[in-house]
Amino acid sequence: MAKEKTTGAKAVVKALEAEGVEWVFGVPGGAILPIYDALFDSRTVKHVLVRHEQTGAHAAEGFAHATGKVGVCFGTSGPGATNLVTGIADAYMDSVPMVAITGNVSSSLIGSDAFQEADITGITMPITKHNWLVTDVKDLPRILKEAFYIARTGRPGPVLVDIPKDIQNAEFEFEYPDSVNIPGYHPPVREEPRLKDAAALIRASSRPVIYLGGGVRTSGAYDEVAQFVELVGAPVVTTVHGKGALPESHPQCLGMFGMHGAKFTNYTVQDADLIIALGARFDDRVTGKLSTFAPEAKIVHLDVDPAEISKLVTATVPLVGDLKLLLPQLTEQTRKAFAASGRADIAPWWIKVSAWREKHPLHHAPQGDQFIEPQHVIERIWEKTQGKALVTTGVGKHQMFAAQYWKTIWPRQFITSGGLGTMGFCLPAAIGVQLGKPDALVIGIDGDGSFQMTLQDLATAVDLKLNIKIFILNNLFLGMVHQWQDLFYEKRLSETPLSDLPDLVKLAEAYSCLGLRARKPSELEDVLDRALAHKGGPVIVDIRTRPDAHVYPMVPAGAPLNDMIDGE
Amino acid sequence: MEHDDKLPTSSSHTVSLLVENKPGVLHRIAGLFSRRGYNIASLTVGPTERPEYSRMTIVVRLSSKTVEQVVRQVQKLVPVVEVRELSPVDLVERELLLVKIRTPEKNHAELRALAETYEAKIVDVSPDALVIEASGNAGKLDALEDRLAQYGIQELCRSGRIALERGFKTLAPPNLK
Repeated sequence: MAKEKTTGAKAVVKALEAEGVEWVFGVPGGAILPIYDALFDSRTVKHVLVRHEQTGAHAAEGFAHATGKVGVCFGTSGPGATNLVTGIADAYMDSVPMVAITGNVSSSLIGSDAFQEADITGITMPITKHNWLVTDVKDLPRILKEAFYIARTGRPGPVLVDIPKDIQNAEFEFEYPDSVNIPGYHPPVREEPRLKDAAALIRASSRPVIYLGGGVRTSGAYDEVAQFVELVGAPVVTTVHGKGALPESHPQCLGMFGMHGAKFTNYTVQDADLIIALGARFDDRVTGKLSTFAPEAKIVHLDVDPAEISKLVTATVPLVGDLKLLLPQLTEQTRKAFAASGRADIAPWWIKVSAWREKHPLHHAPQGDQFIEPQHVIERIWEKTQGKALVTTGVGKHQMFAAQYWKTIWPRQFITSGGLGTMGFCLPAAIGVQLGKPDALVIGIDGDGSFQMTLQDLATAVDLKLNIKIFILNNLFLGMVHQWQDLFYEKRLSETPLSDLPDLVKLAEAYSCLGLRARKPSELEDVLDRALAHKGGPVIVDIRTRPDAHVYPMVPAGAPLNDMIDGE
Repeated sequence: MEHDDKLPTSSSHTVSLLVENKPGVLHRIAGLFSRRGYNIASLTVGPTERPEYSRMTIVVRLSSKTVEQVVRQVQKLVPVVEVRELSPVDLVERELLLVKIRTPEKNHAELRALAETYEAKIVDVSPDALVIEASGNAGKLDALEDRLAQYGIQELCRSGRIALERGFKTLAPPNLK
């Protein structure tokens, strides 16, 4: 790219254009004004004016989740930057590629407690892959190139570039680099992957389980996973971010396991003699009590992040690398091992697993006349859309009902805040998802508590005329906390009942969008049909669900994975 | 997750890092240790043969398994070019000790002899005090400290460990050589 005279602010916009950025989510402010002024002239970078920077960050995450591209968000100095923090932390936990760009006070004022000054690089150090405070405008093109590169490669994640106002205004010769040279990034993998050892374990295993995590989505290794799964023939379990890595209708797929996994799924994991973890990190929400997790299982752990290997569960055979490159090699090596020396019979294992599947399926209270059952709502939306929708969720009981009952068909179809568990994720994520996938049907499954944490950005969705459909499973509680209080705190409902506010139908109307409500089972079908048929903007659906419908089964925190509360 | 560094199997490990010489790098590394619950026994940082890199030597008391985790986590930090645990049998390690003894002049000759035994130097003398400088491994300096205690240690500071591997091996990865 040829050199040209420009300012730091214009350089930011040129870099975004060079990176192919289509959408930026943000709120302008004093210290980022030069960048917003430069943005005014861009023909390809479009800006979404959100009403709160946290929403901007979550919308960028939603966009990134749905498309696999880097999500970009802007914030001004001080509060603008600190409002981004929750979204950045969320992206860090869920390995979502994101570039956050913040303005800061001028270099001469940094460190002086100036108006709207915050040390955002200091604040976000533990929740970014890397961050930069730009001190010389000449570094800006290199830093932005590195920022996008680091965000999307390896184990993806958020990065932040903090640009003081004087740097934005400074003139210099701009040239966007073609490549990066970061000596401390992408360390060479020293060991040859022990594919033969892994294949030998697979060959010898009579009770194997394949455990899929969010890394499958990150690497896009769906075909590679499908081929491996077909070859090994083992039961497949997933994390919440592994949903859709293999269609949940696949006969080998037993769905999500962990704290709210089905009983048959958790029993299968606990009884395995070999767990093949692909792009997963043995989070406490899936393992239950670590010391009792799958006691007889050897572990083959394939992940792109060497720091995840043996962090929690010691890997018998670690395989470090990108699934898309490494898994076909493992498949090939396993095929050879099978051909050379046969394999252990896994038919008895499937008989056992199928018996559990038959005896302990997911189940919920049947839909009666009095209360709407939340699980039934998810099932009905799935049936009405034939599962052909992109789903975002908030965090709470509704999220787990959705994870249990929304049978995911495609990769990147079920979009949720898994690691950080951020209430308020649903609506902003839906905005980003719809912008990334304009032709898709985008559905939000939210809770009344979760929705109220970011509802101001209904305005953004209306501005953009997005046909997102937010179904609020309204139980007038902070439901998941209510569940824990019911189960573990002697039903002492400390600060979990929510008043019946706001009137969600009137709120929708106040934001010039459609609001619907179903109070009784008899009203549900019509309301769902009208919501799904609606065009011309968002729709908010207030669905009053049975307040004491809890999420079962449940592995209490710190209990073994096969020690589940059934709720009956 | 509790780390097993509270267990008696913990021992002292020397972790050596080559890092980019840029602002905030120490903060990033110290922050990683603190948020993941790894206690630092000592940390030194200083220039290397190349001005664009600094060398850090971090001593931790943890189990071997946890040290492997520390190394992998530290390696993920972008400004960290290389990090490795140095093998205890294959390294040259030094610490520097400065100690101020308040003692009447009549004891100075005795202290001079003691210093000599430990290859230490007396670097400042006043009528009722002197400053001793010593370098060596931690064990030797601990022993010297014990011996000096009876003379009345007024002030003491130790540098923390620096270390290099013996032989031709270096920390810099091939792409930097």
